Amino acid sequence: MNNRIKSLFAQKQKGLLSVYFTAGFPNLDDTETIILELEKNGVDLIEVGMPFSDPLADGPTIQASSTVALLNGMTISKLFEQLKDIRQKTQIPLVLMGYLNPVMQFGVERFCQKAAEVGIDGIILPDLPLREYVEEYKELFEKYNLSKVFLITPQTPEARIREIDSNTNGFIYLVSSASTTGKTVGLAEQSQAYFQRVAAMQLQNPGVIGFGIHDKYTFSAACNHASGAIIGSAFVKALQQEGSLEQNISSFIQSIKN
Amino acid sequence: MSYHVNEKGFYGKFGGAYVPEMLYPNVEELRQNYLRIIQEPDFQDELQHLLKDYVGRPTPLYFAPRLSEKYNTKIYLKREDLNHTGAHKINNTIGQVLLAKRLGKKRIIAETGAGQHGVATATVCALMGLECIVYMGEVDIERQAPNVARMKMLGATVVPATSGSKTLKDATNEAIRDWINNPEDTYYIIGSVVGPHPYPDMVARFQAVISEEMRAQLLEKEGTELPNYVIACVGGGSNAAGAFYHYLDEPEVQLVAVEAAGKGIDSGESAATSILGKDGIIHGSRTLLMQTEDGQVTEPYSISAGLDYPGVGPLHAHLFVSKRARFMSATDDEALKAVLELTRLEGIIPALETAHALAVLEKLQAKPNEIVIINLSGRGDKDLSTYLKHFHFDEQ
Repeated sequence: MNNRIKSLFAQKQKGLLSVYFTAGFPNLDDTETIILELEKNGVDLIEVGMPFSDPLADGPTIQASSTVALLNGMTISKLFEQLKDIRQKTQIPLVLMGYLNPVMQFGVERFCQKAAEVGIDGIILPDLPLREYVEEYKELFEKYNLSKVFLITPQTPEARIREIDSNTNGFIYLVSSASTTGKTVGLAEQSQAYFQRVAAMQLQNPGVIGFGIHDKYTFSAACNHASGAIIGSAFVKALQQEGSLEQNISSFIQSIKN
Repeated sequence: MSYHVNEKGFYGKFGGAYVPEMLYPNVEELRQNYLRIIQEPDFQDELQHLLKDYVGRPTPLYFAPRLSEKYNTKIYLKREDLNHTGAHKINNTIGQVLLAKRLGKKRIIAETGAGQHGVATATVCALMGLECIVYMGEVDIERQAPNVARMKMLGATVVPATSGSKTLKDATNEAIRDWINNPEDTYYIIGSVVGPHPYPDMVARFQAVISEEMRAQLLEKEGTELPNYVIACVGGGSNAAGAFYHYLDEPEVQLVAVEAAGKGIDSGESAATSILGKDGIIHGSRTLLMQTEDGQVTEPYSISAGLDYPGVGPLHAHLFVSKRARFMSATDDEALKAVLELTRLEGIIPALETAHALAVLEKLQAKPNEIVIINLSGRGDKDLSTYLKHFHFDEQ
């Protein structure tokens, strides 16, 4: 079956820009506008955040955007409703990112089915353990042609990276350093050693680097070590600038690309 | 049926380690080492020495004559309130700090609700000369000022958690984030039987000294190790886990877990997780969880800062679902009434959390020849301002 993530990486192996935003932020109904504007500005892949009340892996920026999104009334059902015609408007690969509990309450199978129905290509659930995924959910994700994207960190042992690589199809999310999202420390030398170590492993899945990528400089540094990079908190911050959503998106993405 | 954790870290369907990859190495390091280290003779020697000479164990099992008379049954109080720092929490922090030292960690972090766990952590860090950072909800910092002062006096840094409800759940989120950001040198001392495996099992083992002593002490006083009832309050559930531990496989002992009903179970302001919660995931553990239909964690309420946790330890979720333990609840008002009752009948001022366990005596209807042990988990010094506000002694 065709999967837009696989097609993307087949066409483009370098300098790929992926952007995360929290659905329902800044306003409940901005989801479609943000996706279409990101595509228009040349973004390659989009991660749509499903807000959660207790986002453990996230720093203050994404936490705050999640709180606002929930106050705005965002839910998984609402998000699927907003995305139901998205494939008539764009073919950009879309990944849903969130925490396990809301997905569990929605029902994992129902979630996969709805995601496939609206044209989602991949899922990131940082707190779904690898073993549980393999034992309980892998078949389901494959049935609905959804890539399950896993995170690895500088502390992840080689054997576990290989195990993750063999159980996923899409890309691997390389967390740049031990941190929650939104730390703008840049890419330390030890991170570079880790990126090189992972690159030397010749994994079957391409790697994309995330966490701490926030400007043109960190983006291009990350791109030297992987197929591309993911920007989250810095983009969420840019959405809070004065001016229209379209202007904010355009000026932020152009500042990364040019 | 087994009430102990299995090799995958589950109690029935509850438990596990639902942590992001950033935490996986830390949790895995603990999982692989905790049992081995805890069982080492020199670890046990140091632990037993500190429990005896520093904490003041064994704590008495006190027969409460006037309380017994009032409820027409035999009531014993396990005096965890007499521990150093005033609650059971130090049983666990002593154990975990010794473990942290053996793992070579230099920096200790903790979350706290009522501040008892924060104080117990700050205390053992002072004892061991380790840096200590305690996360505490902004709301709790306000309502538990004496404990904040104690932590600072002990040299700990108290960091306010300002997200969400600004209470225990949010303090726990912040502590977990700190751990993600400091994976190498930092050890996270969780204060209850919650969090990813192996924490629930590890904390239960450190608190199990409570029921180990109960058995020996009851044998001496009553000629039997087995009471009819063991009662303990449950927020996350560490004092209950300790009080139940050595009775889990004694079906004739009825285990009674008392949750905080707040202003009433149906009032919308409650923390009775077993009744109001459903299967979910919080802080790395699958358990019963108070949440919206969409799976967002809701804000629990209780007058007591130690019981307003939206989840419950996975052991307790399992004890509830398997009906091994009987779950009861007490409202704010019932707890306050129980505070004054124990104070005036026995001359013991209990903590607000503990008072919830005392508050079910009337509903329990124990028979005259039955034996009831209540785990008196903490003393009430930290709650005096709340008590003064509610009891209006000045006007008497």
